[in-house]
Amino acid sequence: MFKPAALFAFLCFGTRTVLVGHRPVSETDAYVAQKFCDNRIVSSKYTVWNFLPKNLFEQFRRIANFYFLIIFLVQVIVDTPTSPVTSGLPLFFVITVTAIKQGYEDWLRHRADNEVNKSNVFVIENAKQVRKESEKIKVGDIVEVKADETFPCDLIFLASSSPDGTCYVTTASLDGESNFKTHYAVRDTTVLCTHETIDSLAATIECEQPQPDLYKFVGRINIYRSNQEPIARSLGPENLLLKGATLKNTKKIYGVAVYTGMETKMALNYQGKSQKRSAVEKSINAFLVVYLCILLSKATVCTTMKYVWQSNPFNDEPWYNEKTKKEKEAFKVLRMFTDFLSFMVLFNFIIPVSMYVTVEMQKFLGSFFISWDKEMYDEEIKEGALVNTSDLNEELGQVEYVFTDKTGTLTENSMEFIECCIDGHKYKESISEVDGPLKYYGKAEKCREELFLRALCLCHTVQIKEGDQVDGLIEHLEHRSTYISSSPDEIALVKGAKKYGFSFLGLENNYMKVKNQNNEMERYGPLQHGHKHGSHRQALPGKLLLFCKGADSSIFPRVQQDEIQQTKAHVDRNAMDGYRTLCVAFKEFSQEEYDQIDKQLCEAKMALQDREEKMAKVFEDIEANMHLIGATAVEDKLQEQAAETIEALHAAGMKVWVLTGDKMETAKSTCYACRLFQTNTELLELTTKMVGDSERREDRLHELLMEYHKKLLQEFPKNSGGLKRSLVLNQEYGLIIDGSTLSLILNPSQDSSSSNYKTIFLQICLKCTAVLCCRMAPLQKAQIVRMVKSTKGSPITLSIGDGANDVSMILEAHVGIGIKGKEGRQASRNSDYAVPKFKHLRKLLLAHGHLYYVRIAHLVQYFFYKVRICIHLTQFMFFLPLTIKSIKPLYDAAYLTMYNICFTSLPILAYSLLEQHINIETLTSDPQLYMKISDNAMLQWKPFLYWTFLGAFEGLVFFFGVYFLFQNSSLEDNGKVFGNWTFGTIVFTILVFTVTLKLALDTRFWTWMNHFVIWGSLAFYVFFSFFWGGVIWPFLKQQRMYFVFAHMVTSLSAWLAIILLIFISLFPEILLIVFKNVRRKAQVRTAYAPCTLLSCRVSSTSGFSSKILLLYSISL
Amino acid sequence: MAVNYSAKEDADGHPSGGLGAAGGGAAKTRKPDNTAFKQQRLPAWQPILTAGTVLPAFFVIGLVFIPIGIGIFVTSNNIREYEIDYTGIEPTSPCNKCLNVSWNSTPSCTCTINFTLDHPFESNVFMYYGLSNFYQNHRRYVKSRDDSQLNGDNGSLLNPSKECEPYRTSENKPIAPCGAIANSMFNDTLVLYRIDNETRIPIHLNKKGIAWWTDKNVKFRNPSGDANNLTALFQKTTKPVNWPKPVYMLDSDPDNNGFINEDFIVWMRTAALPTFRKLYRLIERKNNLQPTLEAGQYSLDITYNYPVHSFDGRKRMILSTISWMGGKNPFLGIAYITVGSICFFLGVVLLIIHHKYGNRNTSADIPN
Repeated sequence: MFKPAALFAFLCFGTRTVLVGHRPVSETDAYVAQKFCDNRIVSSKYTVWNFLPKNLFEQFRRIANFYFLIIFLVQVIVDTPTSPVTSGLPLFFVITVTAIKQGYEDWLRHRADNEVNKSNVFVIENAKQVRKESEKIKVGDIVEVKADETFPCDLIFLASSSPDGTCYVTTASLDGESNFKTHYAVRDTTVLCTHETIDSLAATIECEQPQPDLYKFVGRINIYRSNQEPIARSLGPENLLLKGATLKNTKKIYGVAVYTGMETKMALNYQGKSQKRSAVEKSINAFLVVYLCILLSKATVCTTMKYVWQSNPFNDEPWYNEKTKKEKEAFKVLRMFTDFLSFMVLFNFIIPVSMYVTVEMQKFLGSFFISWDKEMYDEEIKEGALVNTSDLNEELGQVEYVFTDKTGTLTENSMEFIECCIDGHKYKESISEVDGPLKYYGKAEKCREELFLRALCLCHTVQIKEGDQVDGLIEHLEHRSTYISSSPDEIALVKGAKKYGFSFLGLENNYMKVKNQNNEMERYGPLQHGHKHGSHRQALPGKLLLFCKGADSSIFPRVQQDEIQQTKAHVDRNAMDGYRTLCVAFKEFSQEEYDQIDKQLCEAKMALQDREEKMAKVFEDIEANMHLIGATAVEDKLQEQAAETIEALHAAGMKVWVLTGDKMETAKSTCYACRLFQTNTELLELTTKMVGDSERREDRLHELLMEYHKKLLQEFPKNSGGLKRSLVLNQEYGLIIDGSTLSLILNPSQDSSSSNYKTIFLQICLKCTAVLCCRMAPLQKAQIVRMVKSTKGSPITLSIGDGANDVSMILEAHVGIGIKGKEGRQASRNSDYAVPKFKHLRKLLLAHGHLYYVRIAHLVQYFFYKVRICIHLTQFMFFLPLTIKSIKPLYDAAYLTMYNICFTSLPILAYSLLEQHINIETLTSDPQLYMKISDNAMLQWKPFLYWTFLGAFEGLVFFFGVYFLFQNSSLEDNGKVFGNWTFGTIVFTILVFTVTLKLALDTRFWTWMNHFVIWGSLAFYVFFSFFWGGVIWPFLKQQRMYFVFAHMVTSLSAWLAIILLIFISLFPEILLIVFKNVRRKAQVRTAYAPCTLLSCRVSSTSGFSSKILLLYSISL
Repeated sequence: MAVNYSAKEDADGHPSGGLGAAGGGAAKTRKPDNTAFKQQRLPAWQPILTAGTVLPAFFVIGLVFIPIGIGIFVTSNNIREYEIDYTGIEPTSPCNKCLNVSWNSTPSCTCTINFTLDHPFESNVFMYYGLSNFYQNHRRYVKSRDDSQLNGDNGSLLNPSKECEPYRTSENKPIAPCGAIANSMFNDTLVLYRIDNETRIPIHLNKKGIAWWTDKNVKFRNPSGDANNLTALFQKTTKPVNWPKPVYMLDSDPDNNGFINEDFIVWMRTAALPTFRKLYRLIERKNNLQPTLEAGQYSLDITYNYPVHSFDGRKRMILSTISWMGGKNPFLGIAYITVGSICFFLGVVLLIIHHKYGNRNTSADIPN
């Protein structure tokens, strides 16, 4: 073994040394104390002290907030027409609400942290059990953990209550895998299972610096015994107990802390997802910029006009309106500048503060409807949809590309053993033969059969999970127990083997128990885990055998070539049928060979550097020249309604790409089954088979690409951009590409002519209705998503998947959707939305997405409309030559402030939560409706201009209406006159009513809440006006509004004018609606009369029958 | 149990409210409640504006608006209004001599303008003064007042608000009432005579009841103290710069003096537009037999104090009767008639379109 001194020299860099129990091991070795962080988990962002500054800083980094802050400061410093309150109050409100929300979230995090940090753990100190708070654990402490407790930090497993030194752990909270994993104690310390003995252990642990990979750990423990050379043992991930995992089925364990606090693997894996921004938000920002420009130009024009007007001395300073001393003394340039700022402030309502609040609230509250949706609740897993982020609701209505995983997403991922073949003979189970478990199509030798079935029984990671009651009887156990595993294939195989008489009974002291056909118990072991191909070494009594199970592509190169042929035919045929195939191979060793291999493996395992590579090399050697026994076929059932969902997505104009790690044949058959490819779809293949393996493959690829490109270009003339989303009834194309070809395209070996493959390939892809990418590595999936995302027009992409291998693509796409599937919870935790089944995508996109998009788009347009135009046009009017006056707002400050907060905010919020311009049922059943809102249709410049002009028109109507009315300001029947505040109040009343009634006109779905909120806020406006004008407010400097509203109400003329002007303002809107209606009706009649809704049942070859809704209406 | 229960609730499909959720408690999985609200299935009224519903509405609106418009128009036309510009810009005008008066000219310039009313004014007549090109809505001007001072607050009386600058103090004494609005109060005196056979019969001009009741009785208050001795109350203050006499000498009637002087209150209600009129006096109808102002010769005596020429302004005297809708204003009537006609016209157009489409569709269906 190694000398410790040599070890230290070797390890000095990039490793950490831990003294177990903080005991110095020997006097001779110099031990440099390393400083480690404490075991406190900090996931919170703020503390009590830095909350205010930090939060404010972060909030004001948002452009809009910063802008409002500037405006507010200008108002405070410069003498401006509106009081600082008008912009300060909304800003304060926004900031406070956001701060409270973030503070609350942080408080929750603090609480969660505290729960973890303050929880009690038992640490062994001086042979005594000491209760400590979790955060006080230091690296090197020996920690005792009892059953069903979570590990407080990353521990090296020293000893457990079970004599074989194993423990069971579930990592459900880490990666979502709920099966029990077995971890092993360090071999030499397993006996130290009491306080006293564990305390006598003198050892050091050297291990790598903390790194986030959950499944990697390299370390070494040196155990010192008196008068003996220290023993060094390798440590791997199987010795490491991760913080966050839970101890199961084991009474207690002892472990030594190696990584603590923020250095644990769990903490390192915890990272905030990067924030995704929706297209709507981008539109808002674009509109804001436009409005900002308008604002600047308006302020400039106004300042200029003011000075032109003022150039006339009697306009500048008539005798009745002299300037103050300060104003007179100010420099002209400075005065102009302050005037400019004043105008900016006056018009600052252009940019609606409250819009941000409302949008946030709409998103937050609106997302509840998704999780509340009963139709997206799955009875099987007892869970509904989950919303992880509410920022992307409307993005669901904008999806153009859907990237879906196959296994577990399109398919059930509940595997069923269908058949197997042994030595080329096919074995298929048959229900009719009860006694003979195997139906023989041919016959293989008996011993080969048994060998094959044993291999199935032994070569896996399946565990037995006992039922609720533990009654110890094996017979009962058989019925009560269920197999659990991280891979559903293995369960299917074990179950399949059970049907044929070999049943796996679980692990016992490292020996696997199997009951064979003759009901004899067999014990196998010791078991040593293999690696990626799923190879396991099993020692049968008397014989040493290595079983290896894996995909054909990884097994075939390792077996003797002459054995492949028979099996390969089976495998290919099975794959064509859509089954998942695995091949089984074995190898026999003599004892000497085994010993040698054992030695090699041990050496490789001891290595601290490049352990993985060394291990891989050893395995490579071992696994060469094996004997193929047979292959299995497992069916992965299609999820219910997967085909219908895909068709609906197609009909909605979305392009569906399947990205899978499966092999081409399997994936292709699934694609046919779920009607991604139709029988008339012409398939273009870019696979290893087509391209070939030889040197010339680049040339061949080039030829293929060119050929396909030409073909597609002929079909679609180049400038057919309008067709992009319309359904093309002629030839459809599908593309199939595999991982290796893809990497050839994306990373060409030479930088010659091949560099433009990517663009050609992309053009081909975009023209195809369906694309299947098979044999994809997780990273390649993300690559594809990124490639499509960055094409012209940056289409909105959606990724849906269920496994850890889909996480990269889920994070990459605009919208990531996780399926709460069987491959753990990683996908759903990293996703933006999680649904139980693929079929729920239909409702999520077609109904929820559509509605959210329409709602939020309307919300945004409405906000810009109501704020910018109505207030500012009327204010701006005062500067027109007619009535030129100086900077003065038309309305009272209180009204200005309340306008966005109270008078008009709730109706639009209610609208944006409840509106259903089309019924949910119609939306789900008619996917074509989805196309209507594609390409961010409601937030393009055209509708934006429409709203802007509408607002401009209304502003003109309001102002000039009241202006003409006030040509004679005696409007009461007693001859008394109205002043400027009445003028403003009339305009404002018309404004509030018009804006609210405009929304009422747009509302297509009047629930009691809409009624309540719309009529309620109008009533509130009236009530507020009476109240505000009814009292002399002692805190106000000026009692401008005193009884103004009441006087206005007594004037019949004012009433008549208000009614008339509201009607005129809404008139264009009503007209437009009517005209649209008439036109649509006419269209519907002419279009649908000859071409009715076609609905037919088509039964596909694979036995799936599906209902297709053909909704190709010819729009005339 | 809980699962069974919820499944049952599912089956009958009734939106049975949140009862299930309350009963199930924590044990009841994460199954969403089957409430109408949560499933977005609230009962709702779904109106669709179709030609069928809007067409009648258009006709009805047209039919309602046009008569209203005609009514307003007629009413407005029946209002008698007579207006005299007495600025004196034209050299022929009797007031031309006063054109360039200043605030302090003593004795004040007076002029007389004769005019003839062609038609009698039957009901109560309201006398207004009108100013043009006078920006009472200027920002600096509008806020140049102290409402708490005007409300009788003694503290503000002696220490007016800063908004009143530069009319806040004069000669180290606070101005009462302070500010530019008060300072520039209209101070021409208009007296109306009826000329009956060369004799001038003064017409009684009522100066009370021209301001809003709430202004006169609540918003404007004299400083607290002995109401009969206003001089003492305003002792520590000084008059506005442009005023010839202090605020407590505006009128002899103690009920119309000081801050509650109605002319002052009317002036303090700033106008919305640069051309405006303000109520000056009331001429009440004496009996039902005689019109308030008969047709005939009248003369207007003006004490010309208010300079408007410097800012190119105009001054007018307006006599007007009043209807239920206020003063003469043709706008509303015309607007109602126009909008009503457009509605009616559009109704007709839409009806034709509607009819045409309907016909075309039925005929187009057959050949296809």
